[in-house]
Amino acid sequence: MAKAELMNYEQALEQFEVVIGLEVHVELNTKTKMFCGCRNDFGDEPNTNVCPICIGLPGSLPAVNRRAVESSIAIGLSLGCSIAPNGRFSRKNYFYPDLAKNFQTSQYDEPIAFEGTIDIEVPSGNVFTVAIERAHMEEDAGKLTHVGGNTGRIHGAEYSLVDYNRAGVPLVEIVTKPVLGAGAEAPELAAAYVRSIREIVKALGVSEARMERGNVRCDANVSLRRHGAEKLGTRTETKNVNSLRSIERAVRYEIQRQAHILAGGGSITQETRHWHEDRGITSSGRPKSDADDYRYFPEPDLVPVQPSHELIESIRATLPENPADRRKRLAGEWGFSELEFRDVVNSGLLDQIEETVAAGAKPQAARKWWTGEVARVANSEEKDVADLNVTPAQIAELASLVEAGKINDRIGREVLAAVLAGEGSPAEIVSAKGLEVVSDDGALLAAIDEALATQPDVIDAIREGRMQAAGAVIGAVMKAMKGQADAARVRELLIERANAQ
Amino acid sequence: MSELTPDLVRHLASLARIQVTDDEAERLAAQLAVIVDSVATVNKAVEGDVPATSHPIPMANVFREDIVEPSLTQEQALSGAADSDQGRFRVAAILDEE
Repeated sequence: MAKAELMNYEQALEQFEVVIGLEVHVELNTKTKMFCGCRNDFGDEPNTNVCPICIGLPGSLPAVNRRAVESSIAIGLSLGCSIAPNGRFSRKNYFYPDLAKNFQTSQYDEPIAFEGTIDIEVPSGNVFTVAIERAHMEEDAGKLTHVGGNTGRIHGAEYSLVDYNRAGVPLVEIVTKPVLGAGAEAPELAAAYVRSIREIVKALGVSEARMERGNVRCDANVSLRRHGAEKLGTRTETKNVNSLRSIERAVRYEIQRQAHILAGGGSITQETRHWHEDRGITSSGRPKSDADDYRYFPEPDLVPVQPSHELIESIRATLPENPADRRKRLAGEWGFSELEFRDVVNSGLLDQIEETVAAGAKPQAARKWWTGEVARVANSEEKDVADLNVTPAQIAELASLVEAGKINDRIGREVLAAVLAGEGSPAEIVSAKGLEVVSDDGALLAAIDEALATQPDVIDAIREGRMQAAGAVIGAVMKAMKGQADAARVRELLIERANAQ
Repeated sequence: MSELTPDLVRHLASLARIQVTDDEAERLAAQLAVIVDSVATVNKAVEGDVPATSHPIPMANVFREDIVEPSLTQEQALSGAADSDQGRFRVAAILDEE
C-alpha cells in the first residue's frame, strides 16, 4: 500500500473537470432501533441491545419505528425533497457478518424522499447548488473487530468479533446527484456539504450528528473527465471519511491520484477505497458491486409506508429555522464584520459561539476564544474543535473572568489549557492555582517603583509624552507579578506616578 | 431467457461466498436454467398491463412506537453462536470491506 503517484493539484485541474458525488449516512437518535424495540445507544456492553429481530433469528417479524419515519420525512423536507406518497422497503442482499440476516433492510426503487436541492457556501464565499437525488431509510450494520492482524485492520486478521448493538439502528442515507462545476473548490464543497447536512440534522434534533461517533458518515465519489467531455469518468468511492477535514483531504487526494493515472494513459478502476487519516492517502478496497449483485427485492415482512398529506404538512410546519437563514440572523445579531463572521462559519463554530453567547458571553469575546485559542489548540492537535474537552458554558465563564478583570488574556489561555486537560471549570482553576490577577494597587505600585529605580529616565520620557518608553517598565512589572496583573492597570498607575512627581 | 452460464453461477457463488468446482458450476448452470425457465412460464399467464405486485394485501403504515422493549441478555444473544469471545460473535475473518 504505497503512496500513489500524484499529479500537482493545479495541473490536474487544468487538464480535468472534477465531478463529485456524496453519500451521507445519518444515524437517527430515536430511542429504539429501526425495526425492533432494542435501545439505540452508543457504548453499551456488546450484544446487550439485541433481540431476535436485529440478529435475524428465524420467525422474527420487524415493525417500522414511527419516529424514524417522521425524522426521515423531516430530513427530506429540509433538503427540499418531495416525499413519496408510497414507499417500500427492500432487501439488499450481501453476505458479510456485520448483519446477521445476510441482507440489509433498505429502500431501493421507492425512497421516502427524492429530488431536492441545497445551497452550499464554500470558504471563498461562492455558493453552489447541490442537487439531492434521494434520501432513503435503512438500518445500520453491526461493528466488527478484526483480531490477529498486527494493525487491527482486516488484512492479516485471523478472525473477527461482532457486536450487533448497532445493527438495526435507523439510518437515513442522503445521496447527491453528480456535482459539477466546483473545480478547484470541489474538496471544500464536499466538506461544506457534509457540514451543512450535519447542521440540518442537528437543528432538526433527529441525530446527535457527531462524526467521531459515526453518527454522520460520508462516502465520497470522485471522477474526472477531460474538459469538454460529455461522458462522466469512472468513479471511485472513498468510504467512511469521518471528519470534515478528512473529506476535504480525501477528495483532493483522489483528484490528484486519478489525474496522474489518466494523464499517463491509464484507466481508473471502479472500486471502493479506504481513507487512511494517519498517512493522508486512500488505498484500494473491493471492486464496487453493481446494484444487480445486491439482488434487491421488496421486503415481504414490511408493508408500504404511505405518509399522508396531513402528516407531511404537520412535519413541515414544525421544521426549525433553516441553518442558512439562521446564519443570516446571527450575523445581524452579533454585529461581526463580514470577514469575522465568515471565519466563524468556515471554522464550523457557529453553534459553539451561539451557545457561549446564550451562556452570557459577549459575542466578540465568544468569537475571540473559539476562533482564536481553542481553534489553535484543535489545529495543533489535529482534532475538530467539537472533540476538545471544553464546553460553551466554560468558555462563557472564562470570558466573564477576563471581562471582570480577574484574569488577563494570557492567564486566560493558561486557564483554558487546564480546562482542556480536564482540571475543572475556569473559576475553579483560577482559584485552585491562585491565578487571579494582582488587583492590589499597593503591590503594583511597589513593583512599579522597583522597576523605575533601575530605569529612572522613563518618568521623564512619559512626562514628555513618549509613551513607548513605558513599555519596558510595564514589562518589568508584569514579570515581577509572574504575568498575573492587568497590564492596562499597570500602565494607568505608571502614568499617575509620572504625573504626580 | 437469459443465458445461465457457468460463469454466472460462479459469480453468484462468490456473492454467496460458496466455493464451487468447475464441474459443479456446469451442473448448477443447467439445473438453474431449468428452474428459471419454469418460473418464466408465469409470464405466459399474465397478459398485457398487469403491474408487478410486491404486497398483494392492501395494507400500509404498520408502525411501532419508539418505545424501548427488553432485549436479550448477552448470554442469550450468544447462546446460538457457533463461537464467541469477549461478549461478541466470533466469525472467520473475511477479506473484504472493513
